[in-house]
Amino acid sequence: MDPKEIIAKRVAKELKDGDIVNLGFGIPTLVSNYIPEGVRVIFQGENGILGIGGENKENPDYEITNAGNTPVKILPFSSFFDTFLSFTMIRGGHLDVTVLGGIQVDEEGNLANWIIPGKMIAGIGGAMDLAVGSKKLIVAMEHTAKGEPKIVKKCKYPLTASKKVKLIVTELAVIEVNSDGLFLKEISPFTSVEEVISKTEAKLSISKDLKVMDL
Amino acid sequence: MFEKVKEPIEALRLSNLKDGSSLVIAGFLANGTSEILVDAILEMGVKELMIICNDTSFPDKGIGKLIKNKRVRKVITTHIGTNPETQKQYINKEIEVDFVPQGTLIERLRAYGAGLGGILTPVGVGTIVEEGKQKIVLNGKEYLFEEPLSGDISIIKAKWGDEFGNLKYYGTARNFNPVMALAGKKVIAEVENILKVGGMNPNEVETPGIFVDYIVKGGN
Repeated sequence: MDPKEIIAKRVAKELKDGDIVNLGFGIPTLVSNYIPEGVRVIFQGENGILGIGGENKENPDYEITNAGNTPVKILPFSSFFDTFLSFTMIRGGHLDVTVLGGIQVDEEGNLANWIIPGKMIAGIGGAMDLAVGSKKLIVAMEHTAKGEPKIVKKCKYPLTASKKVKLIVTELAVIEVNSDGLFLKEISPFTSVEEVISKTEAKLSISKDLKVMDL
Repeated sequence: MFEKVKEPIEALRLSNLKDGSSLVIAGFLANGTSEILVDAILEMGVKELMIICNDTSFPDKGIGKLIKNKRVRKVITTHIGTNPETQKQYINKEIEVDFVPQGTLIERLRAYGAGLGGILTPVGVGTIVEEGKQKIVLNGKEYLFEEPLSGDISIIKAKWGDEFGNLKYYGTARNFNPVMALAGKKVIAEVENILKVGGMNPNEVETPGIFVDYIVKGGN
């Protein structure tokens, strides 16, 4: 199974009926493909849309888009608004779940995802506001990059948010962040606890009721 | 207040666009950006510009064209990830980039327009965004003090408007436009459908005409 598909499928299972959700670029965007039957999730785009109805391939309107600039369909309850109101929603705590990609996450729940000085420079966009304002911040990312662990003792790169990550979902594991550190809650059916530990730099406590990911 | 419709270059000249001007340009990945006014800025040959914007778009769209043609000295923005040209110039130190969280950018622009002395936000605490800024603790929670932000000229775009400058926006092309209309010493709006005064329903006006100095006929 494709690592990105595993991650997106598992994150989708975290979403509850009626949740208002913002998905970041990259792997998080894929989550919308795997929302379980009967769960009505309301997607927000920080560019000024609530109620995103999936990509509009048939009749694209380039002025009705998601935050990735893709034309999208609207739903009967959708609304458009300006950036001021969009970030009033986001920073004001009106979103239930935010899913962001990550370069690194550390033992304190710090997230780095916008710059590798001198190399990769994307930018902050809405990520800092989303991380601070959302009730639950999930980081969806691959477990390693070029063999190097991405779940580390302390983030080496500039932070996006300080101590805000609640859950990390990778193709190998589901890891909860709480005040005592990182807890391994689930592993994928295609790995072992030993492999997860060997590919993680941060200290992991193994949950007493460790489960296998339900995909 | 009643003769606002101009040709693009005329509107920019009347707004005193020159080398070194600061421009507040609306749009989100070029959606909601006035291409007509960006093209006119290019044609006028001005350089050393400072641009305040959400993102630097793509190399051949919107603000991206000003970057690619090396007309920009500095950008205050949230994101440059979609424009390799901005990234290249930033790494080569040909352009200065100030990164601002998106929600902070919009509130700083709004603060200027609303006559506020700044804003307090929890966003950026514990990150490099807090460097050089005053931190204020209120009821045990940390906030950053962020100053108001404005430019010499705001460049905005609306789907509908009348000759008085009343504007109404469309879809997600709305984004930064209504607030950026408050944040320029002069404000020029590209309007796709320009109506006579009296042609707009007052209930539907999103930006009252007093915020708009000049109107330019838009394409679609």
